[in-house]
Amino acid sequence: MPEMFITLAIIIIKVITFTFIVVLPLVPLSVYFERRFSAIIQDRVGPNRVGIPLTLFGAKKDFHFFGLIQPIADGLKLFLKEDFTPDHVRKAFYWLAPALTVVPALITVCVVPFGPNVTLFGHTEKLVIADIDVGPLFVFAISSLTVYGITLAGWASNSKFPFIGGVRSTAQMISYEICLGLSIIPVLLYYGDLNLSNIVNEQATNGWLLLPFWTDGKLSLPSAEAALFLIPAIIAFFIFTISIFAETNRMPFDLPECETELVGGYHTEYSSMKFAMFFMGEYAAMVIGSALIITLFLGGWSVGFGLDAAIANFSIGDFKIGGFIHVGVFLTKLIAFILFFILVRWTVPRFRYDQLMKLGWVIFFEAALINVFLAALIIAAPEFTGTIITTGSVLLLAVTAAVIWVAKISEPPAKILRA
Amino acid sequence: MATIKVTRPKLDAGEKIYLGALFKGFFLTLSHAIKTLRGKSAGAEGLASSGLGVTMQFPEQRWDDHMPEYYRGAPTLVTDEQGRERCVSCQLCEFICPPKAIKITPSEIPSNDPWAKVEKRPLEFDIDMIRCIYCGMCEEVCPEQAIYLRKDYLITGTSRDQMVHNKKKLYEVGGVRVGLVNKWNELK
Repeated sequence: MPEMFITLAIIIIKVITFTFIVVLPLVPLSVYFERRFSAIIQDRVGPNRVGIPLTLFGAKKDFHFFGLIQPIADGLKLFLKEDFTPDHVRKAFYWLAPALTVVPALITVCVVPFGPNVTLFGHTEKLVIADIDVGPLFVFAISSLTVYGITLAGWASNSKFPFIGGVRSTAQMISYEICLGLSIIPVLLYYGDLNLSNIVNEQATNGWLLLPFWTDGKLSLPSAEAALFLIPAIIAFFIFTISIFAETNRMPFDLPECETELVGGYHTEYSSMKFAMFFMGEYAAMVIGSALIITLFLGGWSVGFGLDAAIANFSIGDFKIGGFIHVGVFLTKLIAFILFFILVRWTVPRFRYDQLMKLGWVIFFEAALINVFLAALIIAAPEFTGTIITTGSVLLLAVTAAVIWVAKISEPPAKILRA
Repeated sequence: MATIKVTRPKLDAGEKIYLGALFKGFFLTLSHAIKTLRGKSAGAEGLASSGLGVTMQFPEQRWDDHMPEYYRGAPTLVTDEQGRERCVSCQLCEFICPPKAIKITPSEIPSNDPWAKVEKRPLEFDIDMIRCIYCGMCEEVCPEQAIYLRKDYLITGTSRDQMVHNKKKLYEVGGVRVGLVNKWNELK
């Protein structure tokens, strides 16, 4: 009996630590980064004031951690605002929608491996909440529920701009889920595993998918297969990253809430904490998306270059706590990727809706599909003779050419514009 | 009306793929970010920036040294070298004031006053700084050179009452202006 309680206690501790102490604070942190980074891109300063107002208590200077307290002030503001429910909304769904956007994003945290094993008090634990064997599938299954939140918000608001925003996001998220799913099939084929912890372990010993420069923990040039696999890997990374942008409604694809056309998009009718939950859900989805990209393509918690084994064995007395260093590495990578998200947002202008749909259905869908076969060919090549490989590559080339040709002729000719 | 037919510009392969432009954009935004962090943004020096972007950080750094001669700040009343208030409450400024911000209550100068020959001075002189538009017409119209727009720009208050500058406050901010025409002096 007591063992069961200990197991239960460990699970609860993991859930609370990873979800509410590690991932949830990343949300306000990324909001802060968003504001500061966008500011310096635009030659501004950004929020750098909010801190401890020591001058109120008679001190000479305020203590302002570079404005790091700003998101807390923002949150406080949203808490204290009037929670207004308009008369014309469909109440039940209106209330349900914000929760439906936040909860899926936070549930997906449970399969993300934050680090390898740690040993505390003679007890070895994996630094992942649920080490299940269908990691990426679970993430896709749960995170695609987010679309319900946005759609319901748009519909329940009973108002035209939120409705358009909701419809747009439904179409967009469903379209890009296809690319999202197809683009990582090569990765899963390569590892032959759906367990995210195992995938990261594999990358720690044999090189990251996009940086295969060590094998068995020693620096070396990649094998021919690994080197050749870089081509589908890079294509997959590219499609997957851009699809994550579309899934999280980030800038080049933020049509569901494009301010210039739709007032605020699907959350126009929301105020106070309900709006804040949409906001949080969006950033949480961004954090989880980045975590997934890092885990699949950029080595997850591993430092790489054959240093991981040494770090993992780092211990103080009986406690093997090298795993916590890996958690730090993981979070560093995560924040770096979030900064990349932000850089993209403040660089790339918004797509038109037809361009968005064309990019998803005509370009990425086909590219991801062809990429699956390319990856399969490269993985299977050592088992086959030259003729089969040649036939395969010729077939693949023909199919690619055919797809490009179809995409080209399906494009309407450029119209003459009148000025 | 002439009709001009405009064709869409022909994009070459590189432009169609769009990736080159993306990376160019990244370099542009990143270079701005780095320049901002180094305090080397374009125009940072001319705008006296704080070293982060082109922004001057307000309460610590101020525009005061950079203000032009012709800057129009808060209107104030001034006294002359002898400490006499120059205003004779002719109320011209009150009449010219476009937003009707000035309110003057005139009064007579008692005959035992050394400046009795001036005859009038304001009993009350209120400028409502919520209404004032800093146009400078009061300064222009004043025949006695009594009202001046000074360079004060931090006019703040927590209530409407605090935003009304009374006579005492106006003289306090205005201070003494010397070197003006002093037509009420004995020796002239």
